[in-house]
Parts: sequence; C-alpha cells; structure tokens
Amino acid sequence: MSEEKTISLTLKVWRQKSGSADGHFETYKVSDVSTGSSFLEMLDILNEDLVAQGKEPIAFDHDCREGICGMCSMTINGMPHGPLPGVTTCQLHMRHFKDGETVTIEPFRAKPFPVIRDLIVDRTAFDKIIQAGGFVSVRTGSAIDANIMPIPKEVADTAMDAAECIGCGACVAACKNASAMLFVSSKVTQLNSLPQGKPEKDKRVLAMVKAMDDAGFGNCSNLGECQAVCPKGQTLDFIAKMNRDYAVASVKKLFKTTGKRKA
Amino acid sequence: MSSNVTPEVKFASKWQAVSDPKEFAAKISQIPDGPIAGKWGKRKFEYKLVNPANRRKYHVIVVGSGLAGGAAAASLGEMGFNVSCFCYQDSPRRAHSIAAQGGINAAKNYQNDGDSVYRLFYDTIKGGDFRAREGNVYRLAEVSNAIIDQCVAQGVPFAREYGGTLANRSFGGAQVSRTFYARGQTGQQLLLGAYSALSKQIGLGTVKMYNRHEMMDLVVVNGEAKGIVTRNMVTGEVKSWNADCVVLCTGGYGNVFYLSTNAQGCNVTAAFRAYKHGAGFANPCYTQIHPTCIPVHGEQQSKLTLMSESLRNDGRVWVPKSREQAKLIREGKLNPNDVKDEDRDYYLERKYPSFGNLAPRDISSRAAKEACDDGRGVAPTGFGVFLDFRDAINRLGEDVIRDRYGNLFDMYENITGVNPYKNPMQIYPASHYTMGGLWVDYNLMSTIPGLFVGGEANFSDHGANRLGASALMQGLSDGYFVLPAAIPDYLAKCGLKGAPKKEDHPEYAAAETAVRERIEKLMAVKGDKSPRYFHQKLGHIIWEKCGMARTKEGLTEAIAEIKTLREDFWKNVRVVGDKDTLNIELERAARVADFLEFAELLCLDARERDESCGGHFRSEYATDEGEAQRVDEKFHHVGVWEYQGEDKEPVRVQEPLVYENVHLATRSYK
Repeated sequence: MSEEKTISLTLKVWRQKSGSADGHFETYKVSDVSTGSSFLEMLDILNEDLVAQGKEPIAFDHDCREGICGMCSMTINGMPHGPLPGVTTCQLHMRHFKDGETVTIEPFRAKPFPVIRDLIVDRTAFDKIIQAGGFVSVRTGSAIDANIMPIPKEVADTAMDAAECIGCGACVAACKNASAMLFVSSKVTQLNSLPQGKPEKDKRVLAMVKAMDDAGFGNCSNLGECQAVCPKGQTLDFIAKMNRDYAVASVKKLFKTTGKRKA
Repeated sequence: MSSNVTPEVKFASKWQAVSDPKEFAAKISQIPDGPIAGKWGKRKFEYKLVNPANRRKYHVIVVGSGLAGGAAAASLGEMGFNVSCFCYQDSPRRAHSIAAQGGINAAKNYQNDGDSVYRLFYDTIKGGDFRAREGNVYRLAEVSNAIIDQCVAQGVPFAREYGGTLANRSFGGAQVSRTFYARGQTGQQLLLGAYSALSKQIGLGTVKMYNRHEMMDLVVVNGEAKGIVTRNMVTGEVKSWNADCVVLCTGGYGNVFYLSTNAQGCNVTAAFRAYKHGAGFANPCYTQIHPTCIPVHGEQQSKLTLMSESLRNDGRVWVPKSREQAKLIREGKLNPNDVKDEDRDYYLERKYPSFGNLAPRDISSRAAKEACDDGRGVAPTGFGVFLDFRDAINRLGEDVIRDRYGNLFDMYENITGVNPYKNPMQIYPASHYTMGGLWVDYNLMSTIPGLFVGGEANFSDHGANRLGASALMQGLSDGYFVLPAAIPDYLAKCGLKGAPKKEDHPEYAAAETAVRERIEKLMAVKGDKSPRYFHQKLGHIIWEKCGMARTKEGLTEAIAEIKTLREDFWKNVRVVGDKDTLNIELERAARVADFLEFAELLCLDARERDESCGGHFRSEYATDEGEAQRVDEKFHHVGVWEYQGEDKEPVRVQEPLVYENVHLATRSYK
C-alpha cells in the first residue's frame, strides 16, 4: 500500500428531492478522509455524518464498487466520473484530491436521463436501445459447437474491445448533444464484427439507431468528449464503424427488392 | 422482532421419517436412479411438457437478473411463458455476476489434456470436499459444454488462439486447462450475453422487466409459492404480485461479513424471507473466503476488491521466512524486492508442491492466515501476503503479463497506488462467495412447492468449497438449461387453472400489510445509530468468530453477541427520510435487519457441524499438519434448517449424501 494520509474537503452537492422537484447545490464539509478511500467511501462518510444529524443522506447510484457494473454515475468538477481518466467514480480514490479542495458533484446531466433524486438518474433509455437490436437471436439450446466457427483473434479482440462498454452513460453526460453514439456503436461494433452477428447486421444497426433517436439522444458532432470521459477507453472509431454500417444498411434498404409482387 | 411470518410448510418431520439414504435420494432429493451419466437425460424425458400454445397462460416470476435469473427469464420468455423479472438495480445489466473476472469452466477438452465430463465432475466433487450431491454435480459438468456453445453463439467474445479456436487457461483445483475467459471480464461478458437475450424478450413483450424493485416477501398460497411482495425503490410503493411459480436467483449472503467482494446491494432478504415461510436453508456455514483480495486499508473501507484467481497462474505467493523481515516490510523500512530468494517462503509451493500456487481457495486462504498469524504478514495492518510477478515478468516479459492481466494490474494500481509490475501485489483473503443457500431438490425446487432457486442463492453444486470458474458455470447451467426444463414440469402438474387471483386469496393483502408494517416499524424506532453502524458491527463479529477459523466457543459467543446487537438495532436504529420516496437508508436498514437474523443461523450451523470441510474450518478439527479434518461418519450430509417461528430455535435436519461413483477420500493437493 502506498503512504496514506487524511484530507478535508468542501463539497458542493446537487440535492433534488424528486424528479419533479427543483434542485439546488448544498455545501458540506467533510474531514478526516483517508486518501486510500474511494470517492464513494468519502460520500459514505458524509452520509453517515448527515444521518447522525438526522438529515437525509445524499442518494447516489452504486453497486459493485469495482468499476464494472456501470451503476455509479456522477459528474465531479464538471467531468463525468471525475478528473482521473479511464476510471469510474467508484474507482476514483481520494489520493487524487488535495487537502482543502472544493469539489462540485452533480448528477449526469442529459435530457434522456431524467433525475430521480439527488445524484440518481434514470438510464432505462439505454436498455430500450439494447432491446431494439443489441442481441444475436439464438434460442437457448440451438447453438452449434463453439469451435466449429473459427474467429480470427484480431476479430475477436475487436469485438472484445467494443464489448467492454459498461453502459454507465458518461459519454452521454459529457456530450453537448447528449448523444449516445459511443454507447450504441460499442454494441453494434461488437456484434456486427463477429460472424455470429452477421445475419442481423443491417437490421440491428437501423433498429438501434432508431431507438436511440426515439429516446431523445442527440447526434454526434465528432468532438470526442465522450471518449475523453469513457472509463473503459471506447473511442470514436466505433462510431465511425457504426456510421459505415448504418450507411450501407440504409442504402441496402432503399434498393431492397423481394422479387415478389406485393400483395 | 415480531413478524407475521410463520412457516407455512413443514418438511423436517417428513424428512426424518425417511431413514434409508437411497429412499431419501429418490423421494425427497428427487434424484433419478440409474447410472450417473444417464440421470439428467432420464429426468428430462420424465418431465411433463407444456404445449407451446398454452405457455403464455402461465405467469412465472423471476427475482434477480444475474447469470441465473437473467438466463432463466430470457429462456422461459423465449419458450413462450409469461415472465416477470425483478431486480433492485437500475438495469438488469448490473447484477453482480458482472464482476466475475477469471472465467468459466467447461469439459470441452479442446486442449487435449485429458479433460472429460467425468473429470470435471470429479474435480468439482473433490474441490467441494465431498459435500455436494453427485447427481447435481454430474449434470453441471454435462451441461457445461452447451453453455460455451450458447454464449459463443450470442456473441460473447471469448479469448481465441491465432487459428481462431477458443483459448483456455488453468484455474485452481484442476490440472487441466478448461477455463474459457474474456480477458479479465468473463462475468461481464457472460452477463451481457444473458442480458442481451433477456433484452430481446423484453422487447418482444414475453418478459416484463421491473428495475429498482426489491423483493420484500414471498406469498405462499395453500402451501405453494404463488407470488411475491416488492417495494418500488423509487416511489416506495409496496405491491404484491401473483404468479404460477416463483424463481429466486437472488445471489449469496457474503455481505453478512459487511466487507466482502460482493456488490453493495447484495443481500439475503429474498432467501431469508423464503426461509421464514418454510423453505429449508442448507449449509449456511459453507462460506468461501477468497485468497486473493486487496487488503483492508482502514475503517472507512466499504468493500473489498478481488484480484482474480487467474493471477495465480503466473504470480507466486510468499511471505518472508523471518518475522523480523516481515516487520521491516510492514514499517516500510525494507523493500520486498530486496528480500533474497532464500529468505522468501513460497509457502503454497512448499506445502502443496503438485498444485503450488493453484491450490484451491479454502486451502490457500487458510495458508495466508497461518502465515499472518505467525507474525509474517506484510501489509501495514499485518494482514497481507505477497503475490509476486517478478519471475513471470523476467521469464515472459512485461508485455505478455500485460496482455494476460493488464486490466487487473491497472485496477490494483488504481486502488492501492502501487505499480504491480515493479512491486509485488499485496493480497489477503476476503469473503467472496457462499456455497450454502436455500435447499433445492434435483429439480431446483425448494421445500416450498413452486419456489425454485437458482445460482448462488441455492446450495446445490459446490459442496463445502467452490472451485474457481465454477460459479459462472453453475449460474448459467441453472439459468439456461435446468430451470427452463424443470419449471414447465411443475406448471404442467398445476394444470391450467391459472395463478391464484389476488382478490380471492387474502394471503396477498396480508403479505403486503406485513411488509408495510415492517417498514413502519423500522422507521418508528427513531434511534441514534445508522443502519451502516449495525452492519459494520455485525460484519466484525462474523469475520472474527465465523470467518476462516471457527471454534465452538467462539461461535457460542458470536450467537450471544448477534442477539444483543439485534436487540440494540430494534431499539436504536435511525432510519431518516420517508418511506414513500427513494430512501437509501430504509433499503439498507431492511437488509441489515435480515442479516442480523440470518447471521445467527450461520453461526448455529457452523457450531453444529463438528468437523472441518472446505470453507468451513473448525480449529478443533485439524490434522497434525493443520489441514482440515472431515468427520465423514457424522457429517457426510447436508445440514438443512427449518424455521420454527419467532424466538424459537430452528430445527436442523439432514439430507444424507449418497456416493455411488466417487470414493470418499481425504483431499490432497500435495
């Protein structure tokens, strides 16, 4: 373990009773925070203080606390998941903050992610996008032997790179258009790269992009804010790939003929 | 505390009436007869089926959306049943299966290194210290290959060789390479596979998904599980749901230790509520302490992070041979890299030469504890040992190690601030997985008809110790293959009368009322201590007295301390906020209240089992070399607890284990 000490901070935290209530910033002091603690453990300390005073604690989403479930979601000093690149809030440790610093904490801000309470937002819009096409249709039990279809290591690696997305929504929160392109393109790239995903390739990209638009996410302006804050290192390359798949699928759809007279 | 819950199903007396183990296996455990390799096939043929056109008339509730729950809900939905799935997270993609790192076992024998279904079966039985059911474990091994096929077909990007075939790695407790993996995120990829299948069904409308809903109670109608009560975690609404059957895939109870590798929300409530309605709770004392977690940094710690067991393929575990050197390292006066090889005790390699650093988890954990108890621990707290990659890096180069474990090394550096490429990692055991759980028969049905239990929530496949890469296998085996085969049989036997109507059966309204009263009771205490305070206290008791080494005396003390703590909780807990809004304190308080009761059952079970086996180590039962000493004559059975009512001692009954294929042996990894 590296040398640990304790620090004190001033926190400006977004408080909002419910989705329909108005929100505001409240200022709190938190002291004796071990630099070995995580950011969420620091909030735990504050919450225990608040509870001891009979006040309501700050509600925030979190679960695995090891950077993989994608549930934690907050904007710290203007950056989704905070100042340290490549990590989720739960993996941000207090050794990256200075004693006496003021830290501003807000929920992920995006119209398709309405605030539920304090720092908790509703990200079910992401689930809807996956429901539209983020899958390979294969009935349980109908699969062929796993080694019958060899997949070049490079292809498998690309699919795995894309599949690492944790669905946290930081990309949306960072984007001025609240675009979900990085999230959607990660899933599209994973499945469209693999031979298993080929049969539904066109249908998938069209359906997922439509669901994304329907949910109110904006378009991509190629600024790259999303990749800057992504805790898993997803890049605009996936968006480029999705745009290509989308263009091809759209053109194919336009010229699609069935060979049969329509009823 | 008082509660309206009383057991509605009695099984203990029925069980005690069956004295012949074989008769018990056939009648109670429902294990098919005949040769082991044919049991599952035979049972599948015996199962009654539901006509495709009738399937939508059956409503199945699945609680939990991890590997077992997500896969079961998706598969049942796909078959045409009308499924409702509930999870406490904001999305079914978050369940804690997602955090599994290392891999999933299967008997594919793609490596041509002598693997087979029988060997996977045998290794799992042996790894479980001969305390699991033969029939169940054989089925698990048999189904393992189809799981890999299914996941690959879904687009799970498993690691591959340059030739395009699937790659494998080794894991603890086995001498073959049978573990399939997706970098260090296998659980994530498998869960996202199940989530994608589930999402498809949600999109099609065969599965209705209820996020941010916590199961607060089970509804039993005429002795059968016919619904649940949930609390909507956003609005606070308490509501009952009726169904033809209920499937609990609600995970393990590792958070009874407060600090564990489990997610923050993991809890025992659903399983414990079922227990209070008469579902037998089996082997709660079988808890797994994982040997390779990042050591505790201090009092503010909220969780422990696992470092995958796969690291032990290349990392060597050691502590200094002398206490003096260990002390200097703890004080920061000696750099571990400067400790000469001859002064290092690679204790796993020394004690278990044939398995070395890949000795099973229970054995590795105890060995770490022994070294630290001997004053040779290396973390500042004294509770830590080294996992050192120096030799592997020298042999293979840093790039190879980065390719294999890059994300784990990054995670370690993130948390500790120490670069593991340059310095040995520090690790220490932590609560990770619970082998015990709700008792189920071969068909995964609990002692309450209509209540099925899958994944970590049931007790069935890992005996007293789970091998690495077997949890994902079991979750998916239950979810994709066993539950979807077994549940229709129960439904077909129920007939087409449909789920009980809420208005016809007062049980639903009564269960809702009981949940509301319990919530109000929690809110009304208005004490001065937070729910977290009690959870932390409880965790401390359990870790100290029901952790890696247990004694009868310590467990008796623990039971008394838990009772006192529970009384204190109901007098002094403070739950701030309102019940009708999102309230994180109320959520925690309700879970801690159940942990406070469950913990006593855990200690009772540990005290009753006068032997050491797998993850359950009783200091009184050790060989001269300090290894676990089983007492097969008395304890070759499953210990199952039946709830008797408030403030009454639960009754412990036995399911005898019948071994027809495996010879009971002393586990040796030397």
